[in-house]
Amino acid sequence: MYRILNRKELNRTVTMLEIEAPAVAKKAKAGQFIILRVDEDGERVPFTIYRADQSRGSVSIIFQVLGATTKKLDQKRTGEYICDFAGPLGIATNTEGKRKVCVIGGGVGCAIALPIARAFKANGAHVTSIIGFRSRDLIILKDEFKECSDTFHIMTDDGSFGEHGNVCMPLVKMLGAGEQFDEIMTVGPMMMMKFVVEAARPYHTPVTVSMNPIMIDGTGMCGGCRVTLNRGGERITKFACVDGPDFNGYEIDFDEAISRNRMYVDFERREYENTCNLLRKREEL
Amino acid sequence: MGIEPKKHDMPTQSPVLRSRNFEEVALGYEAKTAVAEAERCLNCKNQPCVSGCPVHIRIPDFIAQLKAQNYEDAYRIITESSSLPAVCGRVCPQESQCESKCTLGIKFEPVAIGRLERFVADYHNANDSAPVEKPAPNGHKVAVIGSGPSGLTCAGDLARNGFEVTVYEALHTAGGVLVYGIPEFRLPKRIVAKEIEGLKALGVKIETNMIIGRTLTVDELFADGFEAVFIGTGAGLPNFMGIPGENYKGVYSANEYLTRSNLMKAYLDNPVTPIMKHGKVAVVGGGNVAMDAARTALRLGAEKVSIIYRRSMEELPARKEEVEHAMEEGVEFLLLTNPVEIFGFHNPDVPRDERNGFVRSIRCVKMALGEPDERGRRRPSPVAGSEFEMPVDTVIIAIGTSPNPLMKNTTEGLTVNARGGIVVTEDGLTSREHVYAGGDAVTGAATVISAMGAGKTAAKAIMRQFGIGE
Repeated sequence: MYRILNRKELNRTVTMLEIEAPAVAKKAKAGQFIILRVDEDGERVPFTIYRADQSRGSVSIIFQVLGATTKKLDQKRTGEYICDFAGPLGIATNTEGKRKVCVIGGGVGCAIALPIARAFKANGAHVTSIIGFRSRDLIILKDEFKECSDTFHIMTDDGSFGEHGNVCMPLVKMLGAGEQFDEIMTVGPMMMMKFVVEAARPYHTPVTVSMNPIMIDGTGMCGGCRVTLNRGGERITKFACVDGPDFNGYEIDFDEAISRNRMYVDFERREYENTCNLLRKREEL
Repeated sequence: MGIEPKKHDMPTQSPVLRSRNFEEVALGYEAKTAVAEAERCLNCKNQPCVSGCPVHIRIPDFIAQLKAQNYEDAYRIITESSSLPAVCGRVCPQESQCESKCTLGIKFEPVAIGRLERFVADYHNANDSAPVEKPAPNGHKVAVIGSGPSGLTCAGDLARNGFEVTVYEALHTAGGVLVYGIPEFRLPKRIVAKEIEGLKALGVKIETNMIIGRTLTVDELFADGFEAVFIGTGAGLPNFMGIPGENYKGVYSANEYLTRSNLMKAYLDNPVTPIMKHGKVAVVGGGNVAMDAARTALRLGAEKVSIIYRRSMEELPARKEEVEHAMEEGVEFLLLTNPVEIFGFHNPDVPRDERNGFVRSIRCVKMALGEPDERGRRRPSPVAGSEFEMPVDTVIIAIGTSPNPLMKNTTEGLTVNARGGIVVTEDGLTSREHVYAGGDAVTGAATVISAMGAGKTAAKAIMRQFGIGE
């Protein structure tokens, strides 16, 4: 059992949990993830690590309430326990040896983009950050990003805060004006990452994407998280859990990855509704 | 009275009933039947069956005790050599091991050694309530990585000899392939749980959610005071065929399909784990894993399940009993057949059609067997013009696995072979001092019993390292 040391609501659908897991905290690096189960017989769900604090022996995750499991996770309070917590998994983001980078985060993906931006900064890179949200009330980690970025853009789809538009707009403007990055690192919805790759393509700027496919074991055993890379005309299968989660954005078959991530949408919607009904009933009692 | 030429039948659930439930298929002998079957043993002098057993159980001796109805004595003899008798009695391919060597088998059917082993183990588990005696500690600490058959065996043998053993498991439940892979109807989880409880009673510590190579490394285990390490991390990454369409929704590796059903309990009535249950299912491969996946699909409610295997029935590597059971249950066998492409559903007019991207059909080619290859198996080759397409909703790929590179990548000085298997000596010692390995991590996908054998071998070598035991 793993104790929740702290819980903070970042906005109406996004929550941060700090979980006691000293062995994981000791090893965790930016870009890696953990797998947790909320309760016995619960599903195994991967979450990318937001922060690891060795002195507190804790790992923090940030999640959006999207389905049954995140709904249950969101019910947990400080001092309560979750059943399982394993990691760190995957290969850490390579943040070394870059002079100038652009980190692009979308929605809850910003929780992963932030430690990566910080690691780039700590390694001496000039960091441009672009973060985007649907609207003002969904913004997270704005001040934290500002603090570790040399250049900072915040976008909202509806224009309710910052610049009006999506994360590709300032990127295209900068690249078009001759700005050169050693690397663009992007984390967020797959559709957004796909568009970031397309925006960068004419400029041949390297793009690293952090993939978030459906996983079960997270150790390479099931292959459910497989993604296809197009490399020199050849199609190569990679497992996001052990070969990733970071990949060369130009090689990823995004359409396939987006389709595979929708495999269980109906099932998940049903389970989410069941969980909500159950919680509502419990409240009524 | 002469010798009964045939094995006593194993009572089973009827095929119609069992193909729709997850209860155990084979129900086990009653005492009377077990004793009668034991009486078929000739107790021959040269005991060929023992040489056919990867862990050399004294088979005629345990059968003699069974015949005399000294069931606990029979159990004791088996456990001298095997740590998991209730498991092996159920999942060993006896027909190619002990029973293949049985003298009786020259003229008649061999003695049903596996069924007798299972009877003895089940009798013991049902009747024995004596507390396990914890041996006096010998002061040495050993870490075991992976809680599958090789790791559990190694841990058990060491604990019985006074070692302080910690088993590290990456998943949330101990048991390895015995819990994520082999389905409930073939190996009930309570049997695995019982074996693990037995190890805990011996003092073995089991730490779940520990991914060695990530959470801790082998070097850190030594720094923490462990004096030897056994790696039993299993077969690892599932292989795919590399044919077009393999990533459509509805194409699973057998590992994923079975893990969803077994470990994540999609087989229970109220699962939180989604799995595709309905329609037509094709399983590619002919091993035990393929049989397990096919029979799981039936039980989950598939309308039709077909095994697609590129060789003929003769070469089919699965345990004979599983093949027979699968056939009785209505699994179709498409032999000498190989998939060439999987097709998905595309509705160009409605991009949001929810069927888009799901499997629609599979295209196969008929195969013919040619000359034997280097391993003596006749090599299949496609028959020109024999391609055909059949509609399917789910495809399960069960064509084997490759070792997980995690241990190699995170353990300096650990040598692996061209296929990624860890290189070991006869004693199970790796290229690293005091680091041993065994099971599928060494051999690639094999059997539970051979993994157990490797765990035993390594345990013996570790005991020798410390001058403990015989």
